[in-house]
Amino acid sequence: MAIRQDHEIHARRKGRNLGLGLVLGALVALIFGLSVVKISHLVEGKLPEEEVAQ
Amino acid sequence: MSDFSAIDHGQEAEFGDYVQLLKPRVMSLVVFTAMVGLIVAPGHVHPFVAFTAILFIALGGGASGALNMWYDADIDRVMRRTASRPIPSGKVGEGEALGLGLALSGLSCLMLGLAANWFAGLFLAFTIFFYVVIYTMWLKRLTPQNIVIGGAAGAFPPMIGWAVVTGGVSIESLLMFALIFMWTPPHFWALCLFMKDDYSKAGVPMLTVTHGRPATRKHILVYTILLAPFAFALAASPIGGPVTLVVALVLNALFIRGAIRIVRRDEAAAEADGYKAEKAFFKFSLAYLFLHFGALLVEASLVPFGFGGW
Repeated sequence: MAIRQDHEIHARRKGRNLGLGLVLGALVALIFGLSVVKISHLVEGKLPEEEVAQ
Repeated sequence: MSDFSAIDHGQEAEFGDYVQLLKPRVMSLVVFTAMVGLIVAPGHVHPFVAFTAILFIALGGGASGALNMWYDADIDRVMRRTASRPIPSGKVGEGEALGLGLALSGLSCLMLGLAANWFAGLFLAFTIFFYVVIYTMWLKRLTPQNIVIGGAAGAFPPMIGWAVVTGGVSIESLLMFALIFMWTPPHFWALCLFMKDDYSKAGVPMLTVTHGRPATRKHILVYTILLAPFAFALAASPIGGPVTLVVALVLNALFIRGAIRIVRRDEAAAEADGYKAEKAFFKFSLAYLFLHFGALLVEASLVPFGFGGW
């Protein structure tokens, strides 16, 4: 027989999983954005480090 | 059905409990000072790289907070102010805090190295090492000057922000370090005077306990006076300017006046008005740091208009 009733602990677990999911999603978006910035600099023919030196 | 009640210990952590492990209030100071360090540095980084760098500097700060809470759980349990932190309250296990702290340390240093440069990444790693190993594990429980050493860890973020742009260290970034470093002891000792934490029970040699409250009052004044030259040196440096100089003059005069008030009082007088002068000094110390770094930010933002700087 399945347990149907939700305990308060389930709500906390759900919040935790949702939070972790959002954090991981944000990390993916961040690394993607960073890649776009770095690679578009390479396409323009200069390394990010060269820009720093300017 | 007893299986369910077996896991229902009522202490399962929420997402927010893990956020609390990262000491979000300390992180906000790290974000602000690192951001100022990054903006006032000469040179240019892509705004997205700058955003990512500050995020990971903050995360590194949070990771060291989690490692600090893991190691200091025994102290936190004893003291009233910290007894409700995630580990002493039983919401998060010690092993979880250690794991989270180590994982986030590695992630933040690696990502800062990849996003900005490896000098900045290593600098962040050194900062975490300094705060967790040198301060938390070693000197905090050994010397009454623990706050002075802990202050150094909190003073590194603007230097890391500077390193993100320049890839190195220079006199300006060292002066930003010195300002926070010298500011921390009077700021924290003022808090010690009115919070009356039970450090002796926790076995931490806090200055108020080892040398007494009158000596702590004197220490506050001495450090406040020693702080002023660094504030003026920062105002005179290439990242300073007239705005910073005026701000430094006003803030240091007020800060020293507050410290003189503290040193002139004894415990009886402080008890009588509920530590009014000490609380005012502590509140002002927060404004002091915020306005000093804010002035540097104003200086940098005026430069494109032909003002700001020397």
